[in-house]
Amino acid sequence: MISQPRGRKLSREEAERVPHVVARPKARYAWSAGPATGRFLEELKEGRVLARRCNGCGRVLVPPRMFCERCFRPTDEWVYLPGTGTIQTYSISYIDTDANRIAKPILVGVLAFDGASEGCGIMHYFGEVAPEKLYIGMEVEPVWKPQAEREGAITDIKYFRPRRKEDRQ
Amino acid sequence: MREVSIVGIGYTSFSPVTPDLSWKELMFEAATRAYADAGIDPRKDVQSFITCAEDYWEGFSIFDEFTPDQLGAALRLMHTVAGDGLLGLANAYMQIKTGLFDIVVVEAHSKISDLLTYEDVLMLAFDPIYEAPLGGHPHYLAGLEMREYLAWTGTTEEECAAVAVKNKWNALRNPLAPYGAAIAREDVLSSPYLFAPLKKLEIAPLVDGAIVLVLAEGELARRLTDKAVLLEGIGWSSESPWVGTRLPDARYARLAAELAYAQAGITNPIQEIDLAEVDDRFAYKELQHLEALGLARPGEAGQLLLEGAFDLDGQLPVNLSGGSLGMGDAVEAGGLQRALEIILQLRGEAGARQLPDPEVGLAMSWRGLPHGSGAVAIFRREA
Amino acid sequence: MKEVAVVGAGMTLFASRMMETGKELCWEAAKQALDEAGLSLQEIDAVIMGTAPDAFDGIHKKGENLLDGAGGANKPYMRVYTGGGTAVMTPIAGWWHIASGMFDTVLVVNEEKMSSARPHAQSVFAHIWDPILDRPLRPNLVWIFAMEMQRYMHKYNVRKEDIALVSVKNKRNAVDHPCAQLADPKITVEDVLNSEPMALPVRRLDISPPSDGASALVLASLDVAREICPDRIVTIDGVGWCIDTTMWTNRDLAFPKFLARAADQAYRMAGIKDPKKEIHIAEPYDPFNYKELQHMEGLLLCEPGEAAILTREGVTQRDGRLPVCPSGGLLGVGNPIAATMGIKVGEIYWQLARKAGKRQVRNDPVTGVCQAWGDLMQFSSVLVMRRR
Repeated sequence: MISQPRGRKLSREEAERVPHVVARPKARYAWSAGPATGRFLEELKEGRVLARRCNGCGRVLVPPRMFCERCFRPTDEWVYLPGTGTIQTYSISYIDTDANRIAKPILVGVLAFDGASEGCGIMHYFGEVAPEKLYIGMEVEPVWKPQAEREGAITDIKYFRPRRKEDRQ
Repeated sequence: MREVSIVGIGYTSFSPVTPDLSWKELMFEAATRAYADAGIDPRKDVQSFITCAEDYWEGFSIFDEFTPDQLGAALRLMHTVAGDGLLGLANAYMQIKTGLFDIVVVEAHSKISDLLTYEDVLMLAFDPIYEAPLGGHPHYLAGLEMREYLAWTGTTEEECAAVAVKNKWNALRNPLAPYGAAIAREDVLSSPYLFAPLKKLEIAPLVDGAIVLVLAEGELARRLTDKAVLLEGIGWSSESPWVGTRLPDARYARLAAELAYAQAGITNPIQEIDLAEVDDRFAYKELQHLEALGLARPGEAGQLLLEGAFDLDGQLPVNLSGGSLGMGDAVEAGGLQRALEIILQLRGEAGARQLPDPEVGLAMSWRGLPHGSGAVAIFRREA
Repeated sequence: MKEVAVVGAGMTLFASRMMETGKELCWEAAKQALDEAGLSLQEIDAVIMGTAPDAFDGIHKKGENLLDGAGGANKPYMRVYTGGGTAVMTPIAGWWHIASGMFDTVLVVNEEKMSSARPHAQSVFAHIWDPILDRPLRPNLVWIFAMEMQRYMHKYNVRKEDIALVSVKNKRNAVDHPCAQLADPKITVEDVLNSEPMALPVRRLDISPPSDGASALVLASLDVAREICPDRIVTIDGVGWCIDTTMWTNRDLAFPKFLARAADQAYRMAGIKDPKKEIHIAEPYDPFNYKELQHMEGLLLCEPGEAAILTREGVTQRDGRLPVCPSGGLLGVGNPIAATMGIKVGEIYWQLARKAGKRQVRNDPVTGVCQAWGDLMQFSSVLVMRRR
């Protein structure tokens, strides 16, 4: 049996009055990307999407990886993909990364790349499309930053837009 | 009662930096070697996987997410222990003892070179209200404890320096140890005081690397390999996190050892244990830990060390691997570093530093500043 | 294998911005659980800690920091960590501590203090994403649920109205829970459907908000349990857990295959052949309303896509054939990540022990299942309990 719990929720104002210590953790990192993701990023700079094939299960994997998690063996070769894909799922977000409300929604989702194995894809933004026009199964293509602005990051692709011109805004 | 044995070991080299590999590839390498050593297929034969990691070392919230693929554990039973590798080993040991599982894998690693603000992050482990606001380099706490330990036990600075000399010399015989050095006690004593009385050469430098152990139920282990090493007992304990309430006697190590000795049936550790690997991230900790483990009487470890008792040819060789001073401080992988050396020795695979005929070895880990938590594992060679 | 029983449970209020520190929350829950078990801390052999991201508090090795509050000083103390899945994983670790024969009594304490994080607990969740592929897109954790919910609705043709019913049921159930912060006896489906949009299809009332809180359990070997609480023998008969690949954008987001595997493991251990018939009460993890449905399906309590229908038919109400989240769940009581152990494992224990008071279900259950879910949507832990 639960006994009646003590304490209560504080209002925002009360919480500010409670004695507390403010600290900002100084934690900075430089993660090694590793050979697979490292090369993936280098290729993004060139405007290309790269995958990795596993000859064990035959899958073409994006994001690329040096080992196959299903077969537990090293993967075998690099495969270039056209960069186009299909929307697997999406969201229309009215909150940003810190949960602040935003007026113009972010369109975000998961896409599967053409030429990769079923379900193999990444998360990214969608653009040039009205929120209500998005649907699962929509065919999309990447919109790249100008070459000079690319830095070897996932954001070298600005967003994905509908392949059919009539779906674009 | 079911027995538990180590049937496979895998490890990467240990290196101050590994910029070419991500932690995933380090783990994959160690795991691949361990499975080959045990002659098993992780996708078919392993029933449970355990990894040992702390979020802030890695730079992730919930690092558990990023662990399964490179160990062959995707869509399998796997979980993280937020702690040292020996704590992971303890969970694997218990899981096999329940009878639910026959083969369990334990992994621990360090990719501490990814962390650019080591001192700041270590400071985050200090109490946020009473300790952290005082600032300073977190290692000052080891300097404080060392002074208290010297005063309590009569141990001298020379004896502590001799730990660093021994372990860095031992490391020269260990190809896995990047911090070996042919140094003399004067070199240590004349190295600068960083947190007096703690000197620069008495502090283990950081290192990257990964270790994977494969554990199996005793009967199965004998069928899998003729190199099985029994894990006879394992214990762990934590003291209060309040630094001010702890004595400089590493009580956590004593309590952990009592638990491990009881399981292994060890009543006279000095007589029954042939070699030990104990945490030496600060040189004086080796002496303090040996005393807490009952491998030396309080205050006598330093003198025994000077007499050669803990050397390769002494009565109880200690940290033949080079310890953390020689192999590097591999954060949560420290305990498995210690265990690895014991297993190599009991398998007769320790190369230039191989003991003639060891039967029982002890590995001990400490969770590091500012905490008083530790674990002890007892290994025995199969007859 | 030694048999293991739950002999006591306790929990604090689940609310945001509580005055107590994490240590104090731990102590409060632990003391209650010990009192119910009739044991003192001296009689506890080992302590297990569950707490999710260290970054909420900005405390490195948070388990060590909390240990005195949890009663772990000078004892074997272990922190097991699987993100949100920790809520049911620590009791499973408690099970193997005892079933292995190493210990007779174990105290399990789970804690979360989310309100310390600035500017918002969500900011901490930014660090659960892959730093190279995901984080540059500045994601919010809610996105991932929104994307999963969208995929789930699409694949199994589930209606938003039926999903909203879960919020209504759980927030109404929570009215009878003394630790609840989000109970609402008057809430309607329309309230949920019209609540503020977050990341569509997810709206405000689809979500359980961040909370502070702690919960605790005392576990004992069956022999000890028969001595100290012969009036209520509730045993842990099945445990299972499973983690899927890190590559979340490669997974089937509609059906939690990892959960089905964990459940299958737990049922086999408990000797359950047909969970649809043999499970009488369930506490699946419900941080979002659609998750309760998806998790019922993953727990093999119904077919994929069927959970919404059962919910619409009232089967999962407290007086239904299969009460689901009679505690009020995370949606109704609150979501202090790891501490939700109290409304998952704790609730099944209280229900099977007939100690749930106003929340007591009607079908006098003998066998119950509870579950937690976490990491980056890829891990589940499952526990099957029985009254003897």
